[in-house]
Amino acid sequence: MSPQAGSASAAAPSAAPVSLLRRLLARPLAVLALSWLGLVLVASLLAPWIAPYDPLDQDLLNMRQGPTLAHWLGTDALGRDLLSRLLYGGLPALTGIVEALVVAGLLGVGIGVTAGFYRGRYDRFIVQAVDLVMSLPAIVVLLSILSIFHNSMFAAMISVGLLGSAGIIRVVRSATLAVGSELYIEAARIAGLSDFAIITRHVIARIAGTIIVQLSLFAAVVVLIQTGISFLGLGVPPPAPSWGGMIFDAASVLNNDAFMLVPPGVTVALSVLAFALIGDGLRDGLAERWMQRGGAGVTTPNRASAPPPAPMLAPNPEAVLSLRGLVIHAQGRSQPLVDGLDFDLMAGETLGIVGESGSGKTLSVLSTIGLLPSGTVVSAGEMLVNGGRHDLSDPRRLQGLRGTVLGMIFQEPMAALDPCFTIGTHLTEVLRARGGLSRRAAKVRATELLREVKINDPEDVARRYPHQISGGMAQRVGIARALALRPKILIADEPTTALDVTVQAEILDLMRALATSNNMAMLLVTHDWGVVADICDRALVLYRGKLVETAPVAEIFSAPQHPYTAALLRANPHNAVPGAELPTVADVWQQQALIP
Amino acid sequence: MNDVAPLLMVKDLGVTYHLKGGRRFEALKGVNLSVAPGETVGLVGESGSGKTTIGRVILGQTMAQTGSIIFNGDDITHASRARRRALGRDIQVVFQDPYGSLNPVRSIGQTLAEPLIGEAGLTRTAIATRVADILQKVGMPADTASRYPAQFSGGQRQRIAIARAVIARPKLIICDEPVSALDLSVQAQVLNLLNQLQREMGLSLLFISHDLTVVRHVSRRTIVLYRGEIVEEGATESLHENPQHPYTKALLAAAPIPDPARQRARREQRHAPDLTPAQDR
Repeated sequence: MSPQAGSASAAAPSAAPVSLLRRLLARPLAVLALSWLGLVLVASLLAPWIAPYDPLDQDLLNMRQGPTLAHWLGTDALGRDLLSRLLYGGLPALTGIVEALVVAGLLGVGIGVTAGFYRGRYDRFIVQAVDLVMSLPAIVVLLSILSIFHNSMFAAMISVGLLGSAGIIRVVRSATLAVGSELYIEAARIAGLSDFAIITRHVIARIAGTIIVQLSLFAAVVVLIQTGISFLGLGVPPPAPSWGGMIFDAASVLNNDAFMLVPPGVTVALSVLAFALIGDGLRDGLAERWMQRGGAGVTTPNRASAPPPAPMLAPNPEAVLSLRGLVIHAQGRSQPLVDGLDFDLMAGETLGIVGESGSGKTLSVLSTIGLLPSGTVVSAGEMLVNGGRHDLSDPRRLQGLRGTVLGMIFQEPMAALDPCFTIGTHLTEVLRARGGLSRRAAKVRATELLREVKINDPEDVARRYPHQISGGMAQRVGIARALALRPKILIADEPTTALDVTVQAEILDLMRALATSNNMAMLLVTHDWGVVADICDRALVLYRGKLVETAPVAEIFSAPQHPYTAALLRANPHNAVPGAELPTVADVWQQQALIP
Repeated sequence: MNDVAPLLMVKDLGVTYHLKGGRRFEALKGVNLSVAPGETVGLVGESGSGKTTIGRVILGQTMAQTGSIIFNGDDITHASRARRRALGRDIQVVFQDPYGSLNPVRSIGQTLAEPLIGEAGLTRTAIATRVADILQKVGMPADTASRYPAQFSGGQRQRIAIARAVIARPKLIICDEPVSALDLSVQAQVLNLLNQLQREMGLSLLFISHDLTVVRHVSRRTIVLYRGEIVEEGATESLHENPQHPYTKALLAAAPIPDPARQRARREQRHAPDLTPAQDR
């Protein structure tokens, strides 16, 4: 996230824009699927010229033959050439698929997007209509259509498109609803774009992946429906060749000659599969174009050789928690996220861990309770706490420490509470499961805890649900829960960042008072120098996973030892002349290499 | 400041949200404010103060129940959709969240060209030149236009969002917490950029923030909003040095400052007199 990293990575040579077709061709499965459908299409179009026989020519001397030189795919019960029938049957099949797809696509996307975009009464009407259409038994509708329109495959396929559009409308509408509330839609509207431009450029472009997958799945279904209609002898009347008709012919002689089922069966199955695979390929190819990430690691300064591992410091006997040699990696990356961190937390001390995004400050503290986000692992590291030595690379072993030795409060107080349970339940469940209290004792203790965190009416609050309390109150509950099992150390990850300043002041006061009265040490992660100045005794500055410096707060503010710390402090507008150019960290960065 | 006709006047603005279950929430109760051409006005308040709602009404995203918005002499409170679209060239916005405000599937060039659509007679090459110029102005490399948002960091995206806001040379930009999601070092760059663009282009900014320190850095005049009402308004320096309203005092006292000794003194002072705000509910 450093400014320099950004500009440098953006300046890195970028690959020329790759067309969607090229991206599609880079996927073997998509290439196979495309080749198959291409083959079917070309062969069906050229059927009159390349078919070895007339599809209706009967050769009663050569009935039900397997593959021979004369008949590559064999003959059917009337001695008709199967390959020729397959070729001639291709065009009506493909035409039908295109007809149904066009109808379903136009209706599904057009109505789905507008319903999701405009909402309101129009949307409600569409939703009801879609429910109605989806509740109709499709096969009955199709059979009636076919009987009215005298077995017209065109009419049947248009109806399939109509019926199928309902499902597509539903999916497209909900995708649009999700996109419609995005900020960039607001921004486009403010920029003066018309609704039509917003829908075509922003909404449809954003949900193109969903639309493509829906249409490709639908195409696969249409192949099956179409085969089914011909199988029933509707649509394409026998003896005209059709894939479904061929399957029907084969089914009637299945006991005598199973091979007849293979040519049409395999063709249909492969076509169904091909449509689905092309859909996946298109979606991934589209997404690849815009999901490509900037190489954040590109500019990470690479040292020529890794330094020899530093001798591990002996744990400090006066510390309540000592961390040694912590290394955290993202899976599959060689550049560590946290690189050899050591620190000691003294009894009764509040230690601030300060850094910007990507500094590894949150990962470092989460590793102590074994709660690293998925995709990140502790490669090395030891923690001495509560008289025990713990290997941090085995998070399951750390479970026993949670709550009893190490209490934790999180940044988003609301997100840390389950909306389905009352505040009281959140506390009693911890007290009963881990504290071994009875239901009644837990309830009493929960009320006590709420009073401890200065909640005025604990009985009332205990009965409420998370959405019925304010953010500041939720953080008090979070603190009460962290304190439930009387931990020796309280870990707080940006505990006030999501709160208003007046509430932040109250929460910081509360944490200070509780740390003193319960004789707890605190480990506080923050990016805010004001919070550090307010509550911490000592601060530890991290940059890209490495310790930059640590010092008592009085010293770190008055005489920062490291230029990075000094630059961060100067970048704070609090210390600047209003309106003047702020010194940025990048300025300092250009002057000297700052990697510790 | 009052000798020029204001660019924006908000008169007696009232907005009420209708919540589920027939409850009503008065987000704004008769707010008056004005922004002069080329002026930056800071709008400070906590969550629920209505500061974001003011921005939304000016941008036409939320309808006002009472009062009026006068922009450049025109009443735009109930502007038609066509008028609103045309206003897009004059009034622009920078949102807080640099991740949500750029469409991930559109290239930066496509996104930046959008505000120019209303300008008649712009050729494709003219648009490309304007995009390249503005990217240079906000300090982004030239090949940015062909790239997608996922390739940029939060700070860079916010620069791009600012480029989109200024590309059509608007008169007023609503900045809704533009640096709240950014790291300190990046925040400094974005604040510098906003200050620089404001001077060079003579923009008016309505700078909405919860952070008094940030507002002090960018605006000469500050308005403090509390529960939908303006409680204090004045020159930023005097408001900081000598706050009049108890809420402004509480807000200033609550914000921790990066100086341990002075912060301790402030904390003790905060606890001594009966200035502590009522417990949050």
